Amino acid sequence: MVGFRIKRIIKLGIKSLWMHRLRSTLTALGIIFGVSSVIAMLAIGEGASRDAQEKIAQLGSRNIIIRTMQPPEDKAATGQQQILKEYGLTYNDAERFQNGIPDVQVIVPNRRLSQQALYRNRRASIEVIGTVPWYPEISSVRTKFGRFLSTTDMRYKRGVCVVDERVVKEMFAFDDPLGQDVKIGADYYRVVGVAAEQVKSKASAADKDKDATGSKKAAGGNVGGIYIPLTTVKDRFGEMTLQASSATGMSLERVQLQEIIVQVQDIDQVLPTRQSVETLISRFHKKNDYEIVVPLELMRQARDFQRIFTIVLGSIAAISLLVGGIGIMNIMMATVSERTQEIGIRRALGAKKRDIVIQFLSETLLLTLSGGVLGIILGSLIPWAVSHFSEMRTVITSGSLALAFGISTAVGIVFGLYPACRAANMDPIDSLRHE
Amino acid sequence: MIEFREALTFDKNSPTLVMKDLYKSYQLGTVELRVLRDINLTITSGEYVAIMGPSGSGKSTLLNLIGCLDRPTGGDYLLGGHSVGTLDDDQLSMIRGACVGFVFQSFKLIAQLNILENIEIPMYYQGYSEQASAARAIELAEMVGLGDRTRHRPSELSGGQQQRVAIARALANDPLIILADEPTGNLDSASGTDILKILDRLHSEGKTLIVVTHDEHIATRAQRVIRLLDGRIVQVQVNER
Repeated sequence: MVGFRIKRIIKLGIKSLWMHRLRSTLTALGIIFGVSSVIAMLAIGEGASRDAQEKIAQLGSRNIIIRTMQPPEDKAATGQQQILKEYGLTYNDAERFQNGIPDVQVIVPNRRLSQQALYRNRRASIEVIGTVPWYPEISSVRTKFGRFLSTTDMRYKRGVCVVDERVVKEMFAFDDPLGQDVKIGADYYRVVGVAAEQVKSKASAADKDKDATGSKKAAGGNVGGIYIPLTTVKDRFGEMTLQASSATGMSLERVQLQEIIVQVQDIDQVLPTRQSVETLISRFHKKNDYEIVVPLELMRQARDFQRIFTIVLGSIAAISLLVGGIGIMNIMMATVSERTQEIGIRRALGAKKRDIVIQFLSETLLLTLSGGVLGIILGSLIPWAVSHFSEMRTVITSGSLALAFGISTAVGIVFGLYPACRAANMDPIDSLRHE
Repeated sequence: MIEFREALTFDKNSPTLVMKDLYKSYQLGTVELRVLRDINLTITSGEYVAIMGPSGSGKSTLLNLIGCLDRPTGGDYLLGGHSVGTLDDDQLSMIRGACVGFVFQSFKLIAQLNILENIEIPMYYQGYSEQASAARAIELAEMVGLGDRTRHRPSELSGGQQQRVAIARALANDPLIILADEPTGNLDSASGTDILKILDRLHSEGKTLIVVTHDEHIATRAQRVIRLLDGRIVQVQVNER
């Protein structure tokens, strides 16, 4: 009984909306654009946020990264007073972290420098990463083939290296890199392993792919990284780098380590340990030549930012749907007064007030629901087009679909109820007489 | 709602319609305007009654009351034994749908619906199933001679045909009374006669007809003519046949 009634009510509603196709379409447009913009905006926001979160997560949530920075006073200095600049993290710092801070589990000192690598006749700019054998433990770098650096490599300062996947693609093409010798700087290094950064999502994998094909070079114009034992790097490259800058001409820089990564056992220890690191390091570094990056904090900031972003988008969406709803109410009011006589006839023929309310409310709901469905379709196409054409990542969550659909339904009920009640409360005698 | 509908059973022997000391007044500011007073009227099942009177005599008000579109201010109105004055809006709608079949001067068909759908409206609100109401609507359309036009819109029919649709619609729920308000007012004389013949036929089939009219010619067809003036019944004339 109820089922067939609903079916007939819907039929009746579709019929009368169909009779005013243009008007119905124009009315629904407000909802369609409202809903689709909500979904599209949330998808873009979500995509950006996930991208950021994943990149941060790759840094490691239990890590504290201390990086060397060129101190500001050095940058400002001009002329030739300072030909040799000495700053940054030192091996002593690493030792102090290891011995001076409780909870520290792993310490990874890294030295990074840009170099040219040569294999056969292929040359590429790469980043040399002088590191320790346990580097994979604290990063997302994993050995794909062969092995990573070993303690023996460290102890004997051996000329071995582990190459990054991207370097493999760029330099080895069809050759098996394992066992080959690569010339970096003045020396040859034997490739003992191939490493890859572990990526979680397809989107960032595609990103990596693009990096590898060379369409987008990694930071600093380097193709990729080559891992060499830290001791070897210290021994063969020294600690001096010649810097060419427009302001000062040539200058020498002496930096021992580019970064030290400290890992703690438990996430809860990250922030207290960060405090200790800061206290400790500030005692030995008078110049402000370091920065501390805590991925966990970044992650939290990203999450906070995402929340604000969502609220802002939500308010914009609410406003646009409100406008759409008012448009619908306006049209329904016009419809009601246009159909006054029909209402009178129906009332005379036995329709209760409730029947009239249901009739008009169902029309409004049909309008907003179909607007909602079309909006969801359009709203899903927009992010798809955005990711297709702009390489921006977008994520449509089921939550945003449900939200958009829920809001459009709510708009239908809220803005449909008043016109429907007005229709029902008209006096049947007056409305019958209305021409 | 269901209970009330079940309660809508009527004693065939009691009068269909009884009005006792009925009056209707409207409040215009501080002045009470009595448009109907001292209406005493009994109509039995199968009667053909014409209500006549000049404009302003309270004809329309009486029609609205008989049709349960309005409630009396005072007095009793019993339709099929139910006191209309005490019903709430929903019950009024229910009894209107079940007991009264309206035929209006200007047909009052819904332009967007086809003939069949127009005939189905009263049945829809009485909770008929789709199949049952469609079947009955076809039957009724054939009865008024429009079996071949069921998918047409009202605007595609002549005035006479539209009024026949309206009569079919009025018959849909097999009402206690058929209430016709100037049924030939908008028609040429040929179609008008057509409609009156259909009404005669309904009367001969035992339907109770109440026709409100200006037209003496129509009134002569009725068994009884009730004349109103200034809100009172001034004359009840019984036509000999």
